[in-house]
Amino acid sequence: MGDAIAEKAKAEAKPRKRRRLKVAHPERCIGCLGCMFACSRIHTGQASLQDSAIKVVTQGGIEGDFRVVVCRGCENPPCVRACAAGALERKPDGSVVFHKDLCKACGKCEEACLVGAISLGKEGKPIKCMHCGACVDFCPHGVLQLEEVPA
Amino acid sequence: MLRKVLYIDLTKRESWVEERQGLFDQWMGGTGVGIKLLSEECPTGADPLSPEAPIILSIGPLNGVFPVATKAVATFKSPLTGELGESYAGGRLHLAMRFAGHEAIVIRGKAELPSYISINDAEVKIKDATSIWGIEAQTTGMILREREPGVGRRSIIRIGPAGEAQVRYAGVVVDTYRHFGRLGLGATFGSKNLKALAISGTETAEIPDARRYREVYNRLYSTAVQTDVMEKYHDIGTSVNISVLNWLKGLPTKNFQLSSFIDAEKISGEMFADNYLFRRLSCAGCPIGCVHIAALKSAFSPHHEFEVRKVSYDYEPIYSLGSNLGVNTAEGVLRLIDVCERMGLDVMSAGVVLSWATEAYERDLITPQETLGLPLQWNNVDGYIKALENIVKAPNEFYAALAKGVDYASARFGGQEFAMALGGNEVSGYHTGPASIVGQLVGVRHSHLDNAGYSIDQKAAKKQLDPEKMVDEIIKEDNSRGVFNSLVGCLFARGVYTEENIIDALGAVGITKTKEDLQTLGESIFEEKYKFKTREGFDLTRVRVPRRLFETVSTLGKVTPETVEEMLRLYRKKRGWS
Repeated sequence: MGDAIAEKAKAEAKPRKRRRLKVAHPERCIGCLGCMFACSRIHTGQASLQDSAIKVVTQGGIEGDFRVVVCRGCENPPCVRACAAGALERKPDGSVVFHKDLCKACGKCEEACLVGAISLGKEGKPIKCMHCGACVDFCPHGVLQLEEVPA
Repeated sequence: MLRKVLYIDLTKRESWVEERQGLFDQWMGGTGVGIKLLSEECPTGADPLSPEAPIILSIGPLNGVFPVATKAVATFKSPLTGELGESYAGGRLHLAMRFAGHEAIVIRGKAELPSYISINDAEVKIKDATSIWGIEAQTTGMILREREPGVGRRSIIRIGPAGEAQVRYAGVVVDTYRHFGRLGLGATFGSKNLKALAISGTETAEIPDARRYREVYNRLYSTAVQTDVMEKYHDIGTSVNISVLNWLKGLPTKNFQLSSFIDAEKISGEMFADNYLFRRLSCAGCPIGCVHIAALKSAFSPHHEFEVRKVSYDYEPIYSLGSNLGVNTAEGVLRLIDVCERMGLDVMSAGVVLSWATEAYERDLITPQETLGLPLQWNNVDGYIKALENIVKAPNEFYAALAKGVDYASARFGGQEFAMALGGNEVSGYHTGPASIVGQLVGVRHSHLDNAGYSIDQKAAKKQLDPEKMVDEIIKEDNSRGVFNSLVGCLFARGVYTEENIIDALGAVGITKTKEDLQTLGESIFEEKYKFKTREGFDLTRVRVPRRLFETVSTLGKVTPETVEEMLRLYRKKRGWS
């Protein structure tokens, strides 16, 4: 019993952190879309660009620069504020979780995110990045990184 | 899997979808399905530039699903050779077709007015393109990007003025930097009043067994990125071959008069990479990024005002527009590639046509009267640029003849012994030995990529291969590439897709095949293609080999006509043709 209390105290003393996906080197992107396929493959088991939470957007076709769009893991997330149904919830550690069953598919979260990190899936419900880092392993040029930030 | 064929009739302005499960079951996809549909659709003896000659675009079961399966194939009747037309392009077309839900697209008829096809998932529209007719291929892309949906997941394929003018080796530009380059698909587009096709979709490729899918994906992915099977494409890219082939005496120079170029260093892959390369790109689904883009910066005034052109380069264009024309600056090569891109010309055929014209000019077979006063001389980049523009404009009979390919032009003006085409297709950049010559002669589309004869020659340079062994290798490649091109994988990644890996990848998408099945499929596809070729008049016993190939020393020394004849005899025998 005493051990458990000590463990708990230790855990509380340790600064709390969360993992966040970061676009470290967008200029190194070659447009392979490996990250998008990784996201859909690992989370849905299918091959899809639509179901990916990360997006590589062209600007002026392949001639232009790529824009890599990922959830920034905002301190004060506008997507959460926009969700009247409470389907998007900010946890104490700063991460945002999506409760699919509560979602009314109103699309307000998509509108609220200026960077465009939220897109709506087939049912009109958001595809939300979980900052799992699955895409990082499939970026051949180190564009993406998973960083630790204070909770 | 989708297993559907989209039919578009430009004459009737109609489109519809047919379930063709049986077709895909038997012929897999890509080139297998492509040749079958072409045989169904194209009447015997049809004029390749008439409304009755169809265009087939197809992908295979692994496209958009597995890494480095990044190509789409176009199958048509070639206006250059009058028989099988087959061309492959990377970029994003395979992906856009997959997610729009169309594994094969058949385009029939001819539009009344210049038009383009817009496909967005199931919605297919034929739209007016009169206002963009005459516009260069690159600009066409810029305009359609503003009009069409699907940013980041679409593909826009289009022709330039060369396709509109039906230059027999006009290509189709795919997503700016990739091409259906060879055998004149651009002219076929032009003959149909078809300026472009834009396609995008939002479908998902359903995978029956997600766990197996992830497992096989990871294996193929790590083979592609972590081992050396694709090493060559990571760094310098295909243009690394300029130095290699120059050293091997296999680099065609000045219309194959020589097999090494004194200035090779100045146009080597290393030179491009060190001084002009500014960016590398990849086809969607490929982690390698072998698409090398050079920045060509030139001042257009003395006041530090510059124009910057972004030009993609590879080995073949550097051979055809570089060493083959005696062009000894990277800048000169890039300027010539850029003109071909704008006009929408196949760089390989264009270079070989110009090199024949230069030699014919040198030998007084053609005079300034034909060239309209243009001195066609080695390394005269400005002259070549004008000549390319004239090929498209066809201001006189000479340039109109050049627009029909080197076989046609040399039949009209002479110099067939140095008109560098095999099977009617201008040759690729390898004077490596007999396997390269025979490979292109027997190949289904008379391309170096049909069976990589150039690679067999290079193998033979290291260890002795007799003609029979070479023929065996050619046949093996002919057949196995039929399978790989049905998937439709990038040939640079063929090392990733071993037979075992192909079987596993197909298994993960619910297609069960054995090694024997694949071998039979490869043979059947080859036979089906030859059936079409023969039907349209191709006769392997009557192919022409330009004498030049026997005069200039190759990697394997001088090739004799007897060796080539012997290999052709063995080839026919082993194929069971009398």
